[in-house]
Order: sequence, then C-alpha cells, then structure tokens
Amino acid sequence: MLLARDAIQFSWQALSANTTRTLLMLLAMSIGVGSVVILTALGEGARNYVTNEFSALGTNLVIVIPGKNETSGDNPTGLIGITERDLTIDDALALTRHPKVVRIAPLNIGAAEVSWQGRKREVSVMGTSYEFQKIRQWKVAQGKFLPRIDLNRGSSVCVIGSELRNEIFGAHAALGQWLRIGDRRFRVIGILDSEGQSMGMNVGDSVYIPVASAQALFNVPALFRIFIEVKTREAIPNVITFIKKTIQERHQGVEDVTVITQDAILKTFDRILSALTYAVGGIAAISLFVAGILIMNVMLVTVSQRTNEIGLLKSLGASSKAILNLILIEAMLLSALGAIAGLIIGQLGCWGIRSAFPQLPAYSPAWAIIASILVALITGALFSLLPAKKAARLDPVIALSKR
Amino acid sequence: MIKLTDIQRNFQVGTQTVHALDNINLTINNGEYVSVMGPSGSGKSTLLNLIGLLDRPSAGTYFLNNHNVTDLDENEQAITRNQNIGFVFQVFHLIPRLTAAENIELPLVLAGIAEAERKERVHNAIESMNLLDRAHHKPQELSGGQRQRVAIARATITEPSILLADEPTGNLDQKSGLNVIETLEQLNKKGITLIVVTHDAALGSRSTRSIRMVDGRIESDTIEKKNE
Repeated sequence: MLLARDAIQFSWQALSANTTRTLLMLLAMSIGVGSVVILTALGEGARNYVTNEFSALGTNLVIVIPGKNETSGDNPTGLIGITERDLTIDDALALTRHPKVVRIAPLNIGAAEVSWQGRKREVSVMGTSYEFQKIRQWKVAQGKFLPRIDLNRGSSVCVIGSELRNEIFGAHAALGQWLRIGDRRFRVIGILDSEGQSMGMNVGDSVYIPVASAQALFNVPALFRIFIEVKTREAIPNVITFIKKTIQERHQGVEDVTVITQDAILKTFDRILSALTYAVGGIAAISLFVAGILIMNVMLVTVSQRTNEIGLLKSLGASSKAILNLILIEAMLLSALGAIAGLIIGQLGCWGIRSAFPQLPAYSPAWAIIASILVALITGALFSLLPAKKAARLDPVIALSKR
Repeated sequence: MIKLTDIQRNFQVGTQTVHALDNINLTINNGEYVSVMGPSGSGKSTLLNLIGLLDRPSAGTYFLNNHNVTDLDENEQAITRNQNIGFVFQVFHLIPRLTAAENIELPLVLAGIAEAERKERVHNAIESMNLLDRAHHKPQELSGGQRQRVAIARATITEPSILLADEPTGNLDQKSGLNVIETLEQLNKKGITLIVVTHDAALGSRSTRSIRMVDGRIESDTIEKKNE
C-alpha cells in the first residue's frame, strides 16, 4: 500500500509542476476563506463596538423614560410613548427609597446657545446632578463635576465637555469663567475628559448644569430620563417592579413610564448583530462552494490531461483505490493551502480594517475561522470525488494508449 | 510460468463482436525469451495486456506461477502486477515532472516500501543501467535510449518474474534500439521471462521462441535452438 507521506509528496510534485493552475486555484480558495474571515470580523467588530458603547453607560443601569411603550395595539403611536403625566424630580427622589438603588440621576435635555466673550456655539444642555458622573463613569479632566446639592435647588455652575472648551475658550483658561447659556450665566467649575460619542450624545460638545437650573432655563418641569444604578444585577427585576409601582402610585394609578435596562438593550443588539455576522459569514461561504466547483473543474481537466500517467500508475501496480486517494490528496492539498493563504489574507484584511477604523475591533471569531477551514477542506474533498472516481475507473489499456 | 487456456477476448464494436483473441492456448515457461509478431490488429498487444493483467479475458483461464489469476479482484490484480510483471512501452511513459531516479522509484513507492530501502534499490538499478550521471535529470533531458533504459529499470525494480515489452525499440534509432534490446536480453539471461511484441523481423528473430499471430489466433509457435 502506498504510504501517506509518499502520496502527499507525489501530489505535491504534481501541483508544483503546474504552477499557474495551482496558483489560480489557491487564489479562488483563499478569496473564499479570506472573505469569510474578513466579513465575520466586520460583523463581530460591529457587535463588540456596540457592546462597548453600552458598557460605557455604566453597570447595572436602569433607565426610566416617560410614556408607555406598548406593542399591544392600544397605543396607535407605536414606539413613541404618549406622556400622560410629567416625570418630575420628586418622582426621581421617590425612587431612591428602594434599598438596592445605589444612586439616581435625573436628566433634562435642551439646546441653547452658549457664549463667552463674543464666541458663540449652539450645544446640548444637560440638566443633571452630582450622581450622573458616577453613573456614567466619566472622568473630569479639570475642576470637578456638578456639586452635591438638593435636586430641587438650582445653582449657577456648569461643567463643559472638552470639545466645547476648545471651541469657546481656545487657549484661555476656562475654569472659573462665566459662561452665558441662553439668558443666564453659569460659572465653569469643571471640564470633562474627552469621552467622544456615547449613545448618540456628543459628550465633548455639551454643557452640564444642575437639573433645577435646566428646568428654569428651559421652563420645562418634566424630566427626559431618570438613570438608576442598582446594587446588583440580580436585584434589577425587583427594582423595576418597585419603580413601576412607585410611579403608578404617584401618577394617580397610571403606569405611564417605560423602564429599560442596559442588559435588555444590549441583548437585543447582540442578537441582531450576531445574526448579521452569521448571515455575512454564510454569504461569504458561498464563495467557498464556488471555489469547490472550480476545484472540481480543474481536477477533471487534470484527470483527462494525465490519463496516460494514470494508466501508467495502474500498470505499475497502483490499485483504483490508490489512484482515487492520489487525486483526492491533490485536491485536499490545494484546498488546505488555499485555506491557509485565505487565513493570511483574511487576517491581513482584518488588520487593515482595524488600522483604518481603530474604534472597530474587527477580529474574526474563532468559530468562523474553524468553520471556513473545514468548509474549504470538505468542499475540496466533495467536489474532487467525481474527478477522482473518474480517474480510478479509467481502463489502463485505453488510458495508456491515449495520445 | 504463464498458462493460458481457451482464452477469448471479444470487443463490441457497434453491433459487431470482434474477436481480438480467439481461443488462445499458450504456455510460457520461466526464463523464456518470446517474441510475438503479426500484422496490426492481430491481437498481439491484447495478448500482452492480458498477460500483464491490464485486461481480462472474456472467457478462458489464466494461471500465473500456478495461481489462477483470471478472477482476481482489481486490487489483487494491482498487487500482482506490481510484484510479478514489468512493462516496457514503445513511448516510454515516463512522468515528465519526475527525475529519472524518481520514475524508477515509482513501483516501490506504490508498493509502500520504506524510503531507505527504495533509495538503495534505485541506486543499484541506476548503476546497472549505466545511468548514474543522469539519475537526477528529467526525462526530457535524456536521449531516447536513456529514457527507455530508465523505463526498463522501472519495470524491473520490483524484481518481477515477467518483463513485457511492447515495441520497445519502436521510437529509437538503430544504435540505441540495439542497446535497449541487449539490455533486455541480459535481464533474460539472469532469468526473467521476456516477452517482446514487435513488427521488426530482425528483432523478432533474436528470440528463442517466436509466436506469430493472425486474426486473434496463434498461427505459428516455433522454438528455435539457438544455443550454438
């Protein structure tokens, strides 16, 4: 019986004797494997990007949104909730009574023009509290965040993002300056570290003032959100029930808030983006099958070109099975080399994507790498079965006499 | 020893049945030097292929070294070919991408013999064929005579008992043809059964036994006493 090592060497010699053919096949296979690697890395990168964004929100976070989101049909507006009653600072304070609630932060949002010494800029104004920094885990570059004061009391102080600081104050020192926001003046007591974009809000280009001051500034008593940090992940369902009950009591028996958890949002995105990764991976895998069909074509041509050689091998004592194995090994070598080349191309592509978009962690998942190699090998084997069988069945007398 | 009894080999050509071999009875003893001659289509190549187990008879029995090899399965036939039979072809049939040594090595590779032993046997064969300086050349770098000597070395590397040569000098000039024939005859003197199919009367007359075939039958079978 033919030894495995000799069989591989024989096939290797056959492959290296026809470099053009071999390189073209390797190209086809490596494009297939490479595209699976790159596309799944993109999908996985997007998923990780979103996960990281959510983690930046803070841990064990529950968010209360005014209005009830219903999908049951009694709310024809669908996802946009109808605000029955305003969410107030007192509502927020009532939520701190639960023992598992670590801290809460109200949030009010408005847009206003800020100015300093003639420099003007239209920015988002966030009315919130001392606790907000803790919940969002932001770092303060200079000074400090909003003071720990009664939520119902305003104060003429503000914290600004780094981008706003650069735009308004330029080279001047910002701390201690009086910044005009709308028709009021606030003293700058802190500058946030550059955090970039977080959940659609540009942290760097915003100004933060005490929530009561924001209510006065915009003349709106209602809150936009209440952020609640819960002590443990396990306590979250309990706290949600408590929130709904408390708000219902305070709102004359109407449960008119929506409570979302970071976890739930994260899971939804995770599911969507995982499905996306599988889908693009699957689409890329089609190119592997195309490569498999190419291998079949090439091996069929090989068999008819080497008919003489196959006849000779039979006359020298190669059994049909040995011929079958030789052709299969040749095809498998092709697909294995193609898979390796594809992995290299794919990893280079991922590296390129990561270099171009540093915030996107484009790493191909292990399952995709393993699956693409397996699919490459299996298609290589399956599609070369037909040519291999054709070769094995050749009549040696006819094969030898073929010119 | 080759013993063919009532061998028929029929081919279906369209609706017609062609009797390529028609009732062949033939015994060839070990160490004989047999030439098979006859016009084209007389069945001499078919006879050679059948003896070489590349083809199966439609009817009749074939005993090789007292074993009935008529009904061996494909795999057993392959093993028998590898161990007992060597082929030499008119067109050499060397694999162009392999060196002379690698071509010679092929039957041993197919038999699964370990590399160290293969190398030694190949080296000895190359030496006895006077091809030492050409061992690592590809076939296209060799002359016709050298190529055929490589093919002979390959055919005999497993030390078979039978050497089948189909027009071994057909593609060679006279000088290298003679050289090839002498090489084959030397092997025969060492005991191998040599069967040569040829058109060439001069070549045919060198053998100790001449078989003449016409229309699938053995027309004459003469054993000459050449031992002068």
